[in-house]
Amino acid sequence: MNVPASTTSRGDRPAAAAFDLRRLIALMQKEGLQIVRDPSALIIAFVLPVVLLFLFAYAVSLDVEGVRLGVVLEDDGVAARQLANAYAATPFFEVVPAYDRRQVQELLVAGTLRGFVVIPEGFDGALASGGEPRVQVITDGSQPNTANFVSGYADGVLATWLASRDPTSRGVGSASGGSGIALEQRFWFNPELESRRILVPGAIAIVIAMISILLTALVVAREWERGTMEALFSTPVSIFEILLGKLLPYFALGLVATLICTLLAVTVFGVPLRGSVVALLLLSGVFLVPALGQGLLISALTRNQFLASQLALVSGFLPAFLLSGFLFPIDSMPRVIQWVTAIIPARYFVSSLQTVFLAGDVWSIFLPDIFAMLAVGAVFFAVTALTTRKSLDR
Amino acid sequence: MGAAVEIRGLVKRFGDLVALNGLDIDIQAGALTGLVGPDGAGKTTLMRLMAALMAPSEGCVRVDGFDVTTDADVVHIITGYMPQRFGLYEDLSVMENLQTFASLRGLGGEQRRSTFERLLHFTRLEPFTRRLAGQLSGGMKQKLGLACALMARPRVLLLDEPSVGVDPVSRQDLWRMVGELTSEGMAVVWSTAYLDEAERCAHVLLLNEGGLVYQGPPDELTGRLAGRSLRVDELPSGRREFLAAALDAPGVRDGVIQGAGVRLVLAQEPTAAAEVEQLAAAHGGTVRSVPPRFEDAFIDLLGGGPGGRSAIAERLETVRLESEVAVSCHHLSKRFGDFVATDDVSFEVQQGEIFGLLGPNGAGKSTTFKMLCGLLKASSGEARVAGYDLRTASGAAKLSLGYMAQKFSLYGLLSVRQNLDFFSGVYGLKGRLRRQRIDEMIETFALGPFLNRSPDVLPLGFKQRLALACSLMHRPAVLFLDEPTSGVDPITRREFWTHINGLVRRGVTVMVTTHFMDEAEYCDRVALMHQAKVIALDTPDALKAEARSATHPDPTMEQAFIALVEAQIAAGQRRAAA
Amino acid sequence: MSRLRAQIVKELLSTLRDPRARFVLIGPPLMQLFLFSFAATLDVNNVDMAVLDQDGGPVAIEWVQRLESAWFVDELVKVKDLQSLGERIEDQRALVGLHIPPGFSGDVGSGGGTVQVLLDGRQANAAQIALSYLGGISRQLTFELQGVSGAASSQALPQTVVRHWFNPNLNYIWFIVPSLSATLAMFIALFVTALSIARERELGTFDQLLVSPATSLEIIVSKTIPALVIGTVLATLMVLAGIVIFRIPFTGSFLLLMITLVLFIASVVGIGLMLSAVCQTQQQAILGTFAIAIPLVLISGFATPVENMPPALQLAAQFSPLKHYLIIVQGSFLKALPATEVFANAWPMAVLALVSMSVAVVFVQRRLQ
Repeated sequence: MNVPASTTSRGDRPAAAAFDLRRLIALMQKEGLQIVRDPSALIIAFVLPVVLLFLFAYAVSLDVEGVRLGVVLEDDGVAARQLANAYAATPFFEVVPAYDRRQVQELLVAGTLRGFVVIPEGFDGALASGGEPRVQVITDGSQPNTANFVSGYADGVLATWLASRDPTSRGVGSASGGSGIALEQRFWFNPELESRRILVPGAIAIVIAMISILLTALVVAREWERGTMEALFSTPVSIFEILLGKLLPYFALGLVATLICTLLAVTVFGVPLRGSVVALLLLSGVFLVPALGQGLLISALTRNQFLASQLALVSGFLPAFLLSGFLFPIDSMPRVIQWVTAIIPARYFVSSLQTVFLAGDVWSIFLPDIFAMLAVGAVFFAVTALTTRKSLDR
Repeated sequence: MGAAVEIRGLVKRFGDLVALNGLDIDIQAGALTGLVGPDGAGKTTLMRLMAALMAPSEGCVRVDGFDVTTDADVVHIITGYMPQRFGLYEDLSVMENLQTFASLRGLGGEQRRSTFERLLHFTRLEPFTRRLAGQLSGGMKQKLGLACALMARPRVLLLDEPSVGVDPVSRQDLWRMVGELTSEGMAVVWSTAYLDEAERCAHVLLLNEGGLVYQGPPDELTGRLAGRSLRVDELPSGRREFLAAALDAPGVRDGVIQGAGVRLVLAQEPTAAAEVEQLAAAHGGTVRSVPPRFEDAFIDLLGGGPGGRSAIAERLETVRLESEVAVSCHHLSKRFGDFVATDDVSFEVQQGEIFGLLGPNGAGKSTTFKMLCGLLKASSGEARVAGYDLRTASGAAKLSLGYMAQKFSLYGLLSVRQNLDFFSGVYGLKGRLRRQRIDEMIETFALGPFLNRSPDVLPLGFKQRLALACSLMHRPAVLFLDEPTSGVDPITRREFWTHINGLVRRGVTVMVTTHFMDEAEYCDRVALMHQAKVIALDTPDALKAEARSATHPDPTMEQAFIALVEAQIAAGQRRAAA
Repeated sequence: MSRLRAQIVKELLSTLRDPRARFVLIGPPLMQLFLFSFAATLDVNNVDMAVLDQDGGPVAIEWVQRLESAWFVDELVKVKDLQSLGERIEDQRALVGLHIPPGFSGDVGSGGGTVQVLLDGRQANAAQIALSYLGGISRQLTFELQGVSGAASSQALPQTVVRHWFNPNLNYIWFIVPSLSATLAMFIALFVTALSIARERELGTFDQLLVSPATSLEIIVSKTIPALVIGTVLATLMVLAGIVIFRIPFTGSFLLLMITLVLFIASVVGIGLMLSAVCQTQQQAILGTFAIAIPLVLISGFATPVENMPPALQLAAQFSPLKHYLIIVQGSFLKALPATEVFANAWPMAVLALVSMSVAVVFVQRRLQ
């Protein structure tokens, strides 16, 4: 047959290049085609981010509004009624009125109410006579976060009501309750205190962590399981090119997903982007380094899709969700766990992302974060490089 | 001219296991070298060592003068390697696979274009360049794998079991391609468990248990057997009975069924010939001498084939069905959308018959087979097993059929014992009967030492025994075998057929699909499928007779297969032209 | 019956025989329970603050000292000017910045002094809680000052007396441990079932099963068992850890909790089986599990209460078994949830289990076409 003319003849020593751009591009094209052909990868890369952003924007809301609160009016006086109306008037509560506390107790157990206020018998009288009328607030402590808000806001409603009732009364006039020391609060970066603005950047971090850690871990494990790694190893391609050929397409996929998420966040969910797009992309790019490194390391260690996915879940997704500080403040965690978070790249990414969206380009935050992410990434890559050789020997 | 591959004092260990033990081999350029041996002999390990995918534990391997340990990079450039599963990206198209491997081998520009043109023409894949590799048939995948391995004109081409799961027509293509490559000076190493392939190699390396048993031209080995191969014909008492008796005779080293007759290999003792004559006479048969085949020599060299008795078959009570017809189908069709996979197929299989379904990849034999054992529902037509209609009485039909899937689908996560427990339970056996059957299987198949191990780590022969044990647990009247010995070495294959022959003598009906034409010889009748239709249905000898021509006066089953399919294609073209 | 038993034994063995698989299924979830129970807290402490005191008067000093020693404050840094106060917040070195203006001490005496509190809105939740703590300290000081100065008005002010039922100290662990026990068990149960059919399909044993007399219903039932066992055992272990190790009061009916737990895992397994019957490969099953489990968790009310969600999502939450089970498990621990309430949340799970399993049976039967 007319086989292609030999480039070298017998006995010659062909030049073996450690790096060849053409080979790298071929590997990247192959990977890209596989991504495009596999519906499950596309779902993870493009559909899941949208769903997650949507859920974080609407389902996970830390804003307290319309919490169902029982108001038990045991006193029939005018002042007591006014106070009851004051509770009903705030947007924070959706009031269920009652005249007997036994009525609301059951509702609290059932979770229908998150708390109730008791305006006791003799409230009016005590108020008029200069006694110390006490308004009882009972919360559902099984939901500590909501309970905190209920008690705080109930307190605030009382203070505001007192102030409006008697403008000359001293020391009151702020939402934090009557005091000789008034607190004038200003929330920077997020004056309306919309939790969406904080959660959406956090969601982006999770999405990217998923794409990079889980997908990379799975696709490398798949090459081993399907025997294509053996075919790759038998060609002149170097291990460096194989790793880079895996990384770059998922790097690009991660950046594209970031852009989509950003676009959605800004246009649909009304999150401001106060920093620059360049900084955002730079941060995302840097975060992808440790995340992809982690994915590669997992697959290098397991070569098995099931184990790889479990490891990605345990070491990638859950820490990004729970230990990155986007839902739960890191400063409040026990010291040991704070140390653990130091090696979780998502932690640095979340803090930088929140800043780039809500505050602007604050390089004094970005630079240490970038440095930390690169350092963690370097460790992952070093371990991967040490454990991966172009050989089927284990 | 030096050897293309030089191997000196090669030892390869995996932990405590010695996979290859002290090999010294020279592989010549411009020739086809066959690497043969039973499963677990170390064929794949040797291939991987030559492809510089592993490093030797001791000794050295030099490919075109380059050491695989120190110059692995160079070896990767000058060798082409096709791994067992072809190493293709199944979610990429044919063209995309070619492009990927071309770039990885640094082939670009005009050279790439002309190479693709030639390779596609060479492999006859031109019409399929846009098809995804995962949707190709086994034969086409193999050709694509070969094209990818050939991309940069390697000096040494390594093919690891390239013909497993590939039909005879595709195999013929592969031989043609390899022949052209060697004539241009390439060294080709072909590892295989099929010995008719080894016979066609210029040079053969025979591995057994990690050691080299023979190295040289195949004829030389076959020559040692001169005068010891016989064929016994005209056996009125039945060829299976005769084979069983013959295999137990001390003077017989090996025996297989070949169409209506039996082929035997004699032991070296001078009395052997007389012994067989006597035995044949007792069964009313006639004996003639035939030229030895490489397979005869192989079995002889490895100490002869297994005995003729199947312990399991002897324990079986004779199966009696209500009707003489065990399996039947009438106007059976299966359509997937517009695609017709099985088109109006009808046949009847008698009780106690071995019935083979043959055909090239994609001819519809798997679909037909799956409809007969209830894995697929027919679009139209009727299928019956043991008299039960698969649509209306599928439960009863399923209880009377046993099924052995390709590659012995056993539960690797369960132990051998647990597999037996499961299969007996899922077929509704219970109490004492269940324990009794399980013990019986363990005893007859000698599974005792492996009970607590995973089937995955069993030697192939035992895996096969276990799979057979599991499918026989409920004493089915009909046994379905899907490619039962694909990629299995000749000795394991003989043991398997000994059991099947024994079962058939007890009245069990066997349905089998196969690519392996020697296996078709075991069948009483064979249905040959092509393009969703049955194009021939007869005994193997009759099919061979039909294919007799000037070029092939005594065709093998494989040649008959190819001739019949090609005649069909030609007839189709004539019709189209008219 | 023996047919079904054989299949159940097979499923249990193939999930649990391999020690590595056993470890992966049981070890990490328990580890996570401990790690995340301590980590996932919305309590606010260790707050870093910065203060700019331009007053220097006695009230200001007293107030700052009290803050410094307050339990929720980690570090309180004094800064010299407004700019560095702002920078500290911007750089996230301080969550709260306090600006005490000149003349503050005097103003407090003569009517009301105002402190400007700057908070980092990027951590709005923590900041709000910190603010409420600050308010409490300020109020306390005000009362004491009024007492000291003797200038307190004759009129006593009405006060709010707060009592947190079920969890008087609002210990966050009392909330997180029961919730995590449910969430982690759900993840594992989903994974085990989602992979079960896909794995058999990849290994080729699924065909072997389909030619046997086993019916689709039997196949489905047997596939539910391992996940049911693992999920239930795991969740029970975690509940026990909550009682014994975390010392969370368990006030409800343990028996009812166990019954509803099985129902919960069954409904999760049903969802997993639907997924499994659709997926062709293990990779699809794994990614599918993620794509389903995460939204299920988010709308369940684990992270934030369901009633805060828009109505459409509140409706969607009814289809998450986790939402119903969370109410039961949290209530059983802390609220002595009465049987009627348990049943009110149990029947939706029963319906979900029934529907998802039936759909799974149909999907498996369709494979036989």
